[in-house]
Amino acid sequence: MTVSPDAVEDLIEERKDVDTSDNEREIGKARTRKEDERLITGRTKWTDNIQLPGMVHLVMVRSPFAHATITNIDTSEAKTAPGVYAVLTGQDVADQQGSLPTAWPITPDQKAPPHPAIAVDRVAFSGEVVAVVAARTLAEARDAAELVDVDYDELPAALDLKEAADDTVLAHPDLGTNKSAFWQFDSATAETGGSVDEAIEAARADGIVIEREYRQQRLIPAFMEPRSTVVDPTGEQFVMWSATQVPHILRLMLSLTLGVPESKVRVIAPDVGGGFGGKLQVTPEEIITFLVARHLRKPAKWTETRSESLMAAHHGRDQWQRLTLAADKDGKVTALKVDLLADMGAYLGLVTPGVPILGAFMFNAIYKFPAYQFNCTNIFTNKTWTDAYRGAGRPEATYAIERLMDELAVEVGVDPLEIREMNWIKHEEFPFTSVCGLEYDSGNYEAATERAKELFDYDALRAEQKQRRESGDPVQLGLGVSTFTEMCGLAPSRVLGSLSYGAGGWEHASIRMLPTGKVEVVTGSSAHGQGHETAWSQIVADRLGVAFEDVEVLHGDTQISHKGLDTYGSRSLVVGGEAVIQAANKVIEKARPIAAHLLEASADDLEFQAGRFTVKGTDQGMALGEIALATFAAHNLPDGVEPSLDSDATFDPVNFSFPHGTHLCAVEVDTETGMTKVRSYVSVDDIGNIVNPLIVEGQIHGGIVQGIAQALWEEAVYDDQGTLVSGSFVDYTLPTSADTISFVTDNTVSPSTTNSLGAKGVGEAGCIASTPAVVNAVVDAVRHLGINDIRMPCTPERVWKAIQSAGYHSGETTAEAQEHFVEGEANQDQVGNDPSAAVTGEQS
Amino acid sequence: MIPTAFDYVAPTSLEDALSALAEAGDDAKVLGGGQSLLPVLRLRLNAPEKIVDLSRIDSLRGISDDGDTIVIGAMTTHDEVARSELVREHAAVLAEAASTVADPQIRHRGTLGGALVHADPAGDLGAPVLALDAELVVVGAGGERRIPAGEFFQDLFETAVGEGELLTAIRIPKHTGWGGAYEKFVRVSHQWSIVAVAAVTRDGEAKVALTNMGSTPLRASAVESAIADGASVKDAAAKAAEGTNPPSDLNGDSDYRAHLATVLTRRALARAMGG
Ligand SMILES: Cc1cc2nc3c(=O)[nH]c(=O)nc-3n(C[C@H](O)[C@H](O)[C@H](O)COP(=O)(O)OP(=O)(O)OC[C@H]3O[C@@H](n4cnc5c(N)ncnc54)[C@H](O)[C@@H]3O)c2cc1C
Repeated sequence: MTVSPDAVEDLIEERKDVDTSDNEREIGKARTRKEDERLITGRTKWTDNIQLPGMVHLVMVRSPFAHATITNIDTSEAKTAPGVYAVLTGQDVADQQGSLPTAWPITPDQKAPPHPAIAVDRVAFSGEVVAVVAARTLAEARDAAELVDVDYDELPAALDLKEAADDTVLAHPDLGTNKSAFWQFDSATAETGGSVDEAIEAARADGIVIEREYRQQRLIPAFMEPRSTVVDPTGEQFVMWSATQVPHILRLMLSLTLGVPESKVRVIAPDVGGGFGGKLQVTPEEIITFLVARHLRKPAKWTETRSESLMAAHHGRDQWQRLTLAADKDGKVTALKVDLLADMGAYLGLVTPGVPILGAFMFNAIYKFPAYQFNCTNIFTNKTWTDAYRGAGRPEATYAIERLMDELAVEVGVDPLEIREMNWIKHEEFPFTSVCGLEYDSGNYEAATERAKELFDYDALRAEQKQRRESGDPVQLGLGVSTFTEMCGLAPSRVLGSLSYGAGGWEHASIRMLPTGKVEVVTGSSAHGQGHETAWSQIVADRLGVAFEDVEVLHGDTQISHKGLDTYGSRSLVVGGEAVIQAANKVIEKARPIAAHLLEASADDLEFQAGRFTVKGTDQGMALGEIALATFAAHNLPDGVEPSLDSDATFDPVNFSFPHGTHLCAVEVDTETGMTKVRSYVSVDDIGNIVNPLIVEGQIHGGIVQGIAQALWEEAVYDDQGTLVSGSFVDYTLPTSADTISFVTDNTVSPSTTNSLGAKGVGEAGCIASTPAVVNAVVDAVRHLGINDIRMPCTPERVWKAIQSAGYHSGETTAEAQEHFVEGEANQDQVGNDPSAAVTGEQS
Repeated sequence: MIPTAFDYVAPTSLEDALSALAEAGDDAKVLGGGQSLLPVLRLRLNAPEKIVDLSRIDSLRGISDDGDTIVIGAMTTHDEVARSELVREHAAVLAEAASTVADPQIRHRGTLGGALVHADPAGDLGAPVLALDAELVVVGAGGERRIPAGEFFQDLFETAVGEGELLTAIRIPKHTGWGGAYEKFVRVSHQWSIVAVAAVTRDGEAKVALTNMGSTPLRASAVESAIADGASVKDAAAKAAEGTNPPSDLNGDSDYRAHLATVLTRRALARAMGG
């Protein structure tokens, strides 16, 4: 083909006939995901698929001890094993490896031990890397790793969170304490509310005070694709591929940690198989792979095994929550006081100390609390470090308050939905400033709850429950409510700054208009399963009036997407998606003078709609594709106008977004075995306007299952030596599709006011909402037996033992059962809460 | 994860398999469906020098009718056992148990023989084989032995199969017309049994065996004699944990398991008797 000026003119001419009228209504379409074909068929490149000439394979040698001094490492045999290029210990890299970064020092005096990628003279958790072997093949590396001979002197290990808080055994003797930081929010001090102590005092005299202690068990993110990193040192440049959620943050932190100029590092996150916060990290293994590649001047690859992943990738949750809720006699809450112990594990990761703080503003949830105090002590233990896990802080807070509201309902003697309604913010009260000082911009709790009740058939289930109680049915029915909200869309940079977070919360997007009318969107978000390629394409097709298929979304490569803050905290759509819109708007504004020039009209007379500029009141117009080509050719542009429609936009939100919803769950509890089965589940989520309902449903479904899993199935358990007992999927009981049911999901819409999409973020909602809904249902099923709490996960054993200690005999009617607990001990508040009791005892 | 290096042979006849085993002595391991052995190798809990793969020996696979007995080749997969009309008709409890093993992928690979020789106390095939009074056919250099199921399981991961021997077939007396039920208790669907109960019943008669109530599958003889003596299902089932020594682990302590055994036995008996 010859490309002559005439040909270009012809092409422009052809574009005139392209019908763009359908392209506009893309937002809201339930499109199947663009990325699914390659993901589902496996026709894509995961990090572990990357093969480079001369690449060496790494195997980590890890500590079997929770806490020990390394007295000697003999690598001589390993070094001479077949195929081995290098064996490096912490001593070998001590002056290069720096200390792994924490971006969130929550207080100025926060204590933290140095965090070497390879332990130098002491290990602080079982699974910590003590040496790395690099060999020609993975098998050779694996064989040689067994030859690395490490001598340890075991040290006493701080394992139990509460005991660690007493500082009797120190996780890091040099720190002199296990307390990393203490952080407080007090509504009286902040002048956002009253004094909790006064309110509690008043309620003790004339009202209701509910005191509880809840446990957030330790969880493992257990993403599907294990972590993997490849580093290619070419010339002075280093290219790192990594299965990460945060290529941009990783690049910056790598450079700060190792002193390598940022400009010499390119980080690529290819397709990444899930993260759930577990890949929101700068990992020792990434640093180590980098160091080995640099040392050998050869490409190096490390991919973890599932056992390594469970043991050494960061864990989540792990808190004790002491809660005091005060209310007047009618059930109107007057104060909430929260005392948290949060387990950091052995080290501080990227945002470890901030995770509980993300929950600090959410314990008051959707309610109008006049006084609130939050106290959090972050504690080190000799366990795998914790960090962000889906919801990060907010599931913990939501669990606590939604469990407490049920307890309050019982105390007052009203239905759990009624006690919530009595306390929640009415829809006409928005925008509402919470007792934490956050401004909730929009919401309608009444509407979501009404819809959920309808879909759930709430009243009929209550009737069935009553009947089962009366007849002493061995299978009892329980109904659980969770009217959650969360703050997401991380985040206004100023607010992050005020919380001493080390970075901002903006997001970046670029749009490139290609001469052939195709569009490239570059986003700083880094999808790892969320479907951004589809959603961003819909947004751009909608705004620019181009075909969905003509939009290509580029992400996850710092050389292509040079600016970004990546994907976590349900931020991508509400921050990154808004950046895309702003970039699209800029394209339109750049095209306008060119269109005016070509149409020989005044720019003010042009309307842009459905991908076309038209001269108002005429049928004269031009499609954006035509203008793109004309701009590329640049033969006939107005004076002084640059020959480019490309644009950049960086969006920093002014506020968080506040999704909310009402989740209702019915469970059947087999009182003979303690087995809980989820029978029905309804969620009505208000996540504002929806770009793609199918993606939303997927996020909600997955989130609900993950939350149910915390309620019923998952727990990372250590033995008293500090070894992870639930170290494989045999013992870390993840659910599969066979364990779940069909959910009924629906939405109500009160658009967010903080972004032009009106979207609120949905990545974490399901998982935040469902855990308390399920546990509330389990407790509701057996409450008439004198039980008011069961620790998570509510395993059959725990549930059965709680029933036993309540003195219930299967088959008894409520009336018969009640006789036992009047005389027995079991109806005391702390049933199921005493960590020493077998009922819910920490399994260790 | 990668196992240590080993030699691999895949003989096509039983004789070749036996001689390959004899040659290597205790450095050899037999590979059935690999669903227990491969994890063991990959985690390097065992490092055999030679693997003798049985998958190419046709005579070890399949289910046949031998008069009042059905014969199941050791290399028959869980899925084949679960779907077999012969097994469903004459040894229903075994078909049901096989259908509860792990997940579909594992059921298409794992074999009845492998599961029995592996002898994990939480495995689901031992109890039904025990309840059905099966005989296990073991072949070695010295010829063939037929071992009653009651003598086959010796301890945790230990059976009567000696060094250099192979389990070739499982012979199950037909229990035509008997009721059968396998009650398996798990927290998530793909899990090994926390406790399970196999019951095979005919009027006034019950054969009951327990999974994961000790280091081997166990016959619940107290339950069986109570039924024979005319006790109610409920009263008989209450004796299910007698003489057992169940383990404690993350899924439950031994008291809880003892309790579960009674509930599951009651349910298994009731279901088996209900037809
Ligand atoms: C994730 C997972 C979940 C599982 N869940 C369950 C479950 O719920 N219930 C359950 O019962 N099982 C379960 N299993 C185990 C499964 O049943 C295995 O198939 C079985 O235990 C082994 O059978 P195999 O044919 O795969 O044997 P292999 O793994 O090949 O061999 C197991 C052992 O038997 C020996 N062996 C195999 N065949 C013979 C033979 N013919 N003669 C002599 N020795 C032999 C081998 O040398 C080895 O020691 C699970 C396995 C996995 C991986």
